[in-house]
Amino acid sequence: MTLEVDATVAGRRLDISLRVGAAETVAVMGPNGAGKSSVVQLLAGLLRPDAGHATLGGRTLFRTGSPGQWLPPHARGVGLLAQEPLLFPHLSVLDNVAFGPRSQGGSRAAAAAAARHWLGAVDALQLAGRKPGQLSGGQAQRVALARSLATEPELLLLDEPMAALDIDTAPFLRSLLKRVLAGRSAVIVTHHVLDALMLADRIIVMDRGRIVEEGPTAAILAHPRSGFAASLAGLNVLTGSLSGTGVVTPDAGLVAGRLAGAFADGAAGGGVAAVGRAQGLGPSYAAPGPGGADGMAAFPPSAVSVFLAPPQGSPRNCFPVTVTELEPLGDHIRVRAGRLAADISPAATAELRLAPGARVFFVVKAAEVAIYPA
Amino acid sequence: MPALAPRNRPWQYQAVPRWVYVVAAAGALFVLVPLVGMVAKVNWGKFIPLITSPSSLDALLLSLKTASASTALCIIFGVPLALVLARAQFPGQRILRALILLPLVVPPVVGGLALLYTFGREGLVGRSLTVLGIDIAFSTTAVVMAQAFVALPFLVLSLEGTLRTAGQKYEAVAATLGARPSTVLRRITVPLVLPGLLSGAVLSFARSLGEFGATLTFAGSLQGVTRTLPLEIYLQRETDPDAAVALSFLLIAVAVVVVALTYRAPQQPARVPEPTEAAAP
Repeated sequence: MTLEVDATVAGRRLDISLRVGAAETVAVMGPNGAGKSSVVQLLAGLLRPDAGHATLGGRTLFRTGSPGQWLPPHARGVGLLAQEPLLFPHLSVLDNVAFGPRSQGGSRAAAAAAARHWLGAVDALQLAGRKPGQLSGGQAQRVALARSLATEPELLLLDEPMAALDIDTAPFLRSLLKRVLAGRSAVIVTHHVLDALMLADRIIVMDRGRIVEEGPTAAILAHPRSGFAASLAGLNVLTGSLSGTGVVTPDAGLVAGRLAGAFADGAAGGGVAAVGRAQGLGPSYAAPGPGGADGMAAFPPSAVSVFLAPPQGSPRNCFPVTVTELEPLGDHIRVRAGRLAADISPAATAELRLAPGARVFFVVKAAEVAIYPA
Repeated sequence: MPALAPRNRPWQYQAVPRWVYVVAAAGALFVLVPLVGMVAKVNWGKFIPLITSPSSLDALLLSLKTASASTALCIIFGVPLALVLARAQFPGQRILRALILLPLVVPPVVGGLALLYTFGREGLVGRSLTVLGIDIAFSTTAVVMAQAFVALPFLVLSLEGTLRTAGQKYEAVAATLGARPSTVLRRITVPLVLPGLLSGAVLSFARSLGEFGATLTFAGSLQGVTRTLPLEIYLQRETDPDAAVALSFLLIAVAVVVVALTYRAPQQPARVPEPTEAAAP
């Protein structure tokens, strides 16, 4: 089923236009308050748009104007899995899952059979007789997934389904989702790049109620155009105007680098290697525009060295910065300085006596900087 | 995270200063001592004959019947009212809520007068009803109406609070599962707020059972028809104080039994500690 939406919600400053193809999973990402959950509510019928229209598999979900159309949530065929499982506490696990088929007019027996089938599909059949209060967080979310699938929705909405789970149970639900999302149209709101990589065919990045970036998951992570996508991919990104093989930025001057098109796959080095997928970059990044066009420079934190004084000689980019934050990241320390980040060893951190407020120089070789048009 | 059940409360610290216990004890005594004083006055030797006299039995029976009918009325009209107040949004909602709660603060005698001037023989609505041959004032129906008038706010208030606490998330999820609004109300909303509905109904029943002022004004005091237990007690107080005390004790006993059987303190549903995930990925 294909979903097409074009809608504005004035109260939430939401203005979006998106399309989800048949059997396609789209990840909606973005900073807090970007309007991701509003998109879910809009599609589920829990939020009314001020203007716009939406169709799902040819059926109109809503259309403003006269005559306007509005399909209530119960008639949409849109399933919802939220951050909290929200299992009905007074019903058993089986009755929770059977609730949808029963509400759609199925007989008691047919609804129970469907419930068993879907509980089996999420490996939760053995929980059928329990009450929601007797389940762990991971079990409850699996049952909630079965419940949302039991109505055979044409579109499945997942609003941060793993956000409330602890790190031990999230991987199991993630691989379960990968299994059940295959062949379905779905929209998943997530903060985790891993979810997007594993589950989504396409990423949509939202900011302040608008879609700022969209494209195939691998391409977005390799060549992020928005600061948020860059932080997802773990990259530093500076924007400015293209100039030769560099970008002139308003705050950091000329950032020298290599044109991304010339070495497509290796462009974003550490960032992409870290997330494990570098293939599938579009050829559209190959030719940079003429000088003066908007461009971006991206480099991974692992390529950044930290110095107390500006180094002499070699053709490097040098950014004077003030350290804002230090945080452990694996076996190294991530040094944040405003929008930029550097990954260095704990020993180097101690040697440089780094602390928030320290004035240092971030240095990165031009060869490590990928330049591409925005 | 949901509150933990008291039995596995992880922290033992209670932020209640000692002097608060002293004041609380004084408050409790203020309520309990007069009850003891009344029980001490009961003439136990004549207790059974006093409460089984025909007029006493009539009053008791009438009280139980009318209070039950009034509670039913409160549920029938109070549940939709609470739903509209808690869920819907419309202009004048705040004013409507304030007006509905008015019987809580208006003296019952005033409420009775209001009912009389509305449903009485010469009243606003009563005039038309009289033409149709329906006479409400000074009938058992009037007793039930007077009780429901003062008791309705208790149910609405209690249920509206429960509805607001329960929130609308479960209802929204139920709707996305294909349930129509009526199905959501029947299978999700009402079961979820049942404890609040029950305690609201018990409060309404108790208030109905004790109703005096509005009943006397609107329904009068006719044995077996409108003279409920509180009216009977007030009447007997003049002529036979022993009977009044015995009936008072009976009324208290009935109220205590009803409340003890059905009313529970507001509580969070007990949550079982998280069991370990049985299935491995």
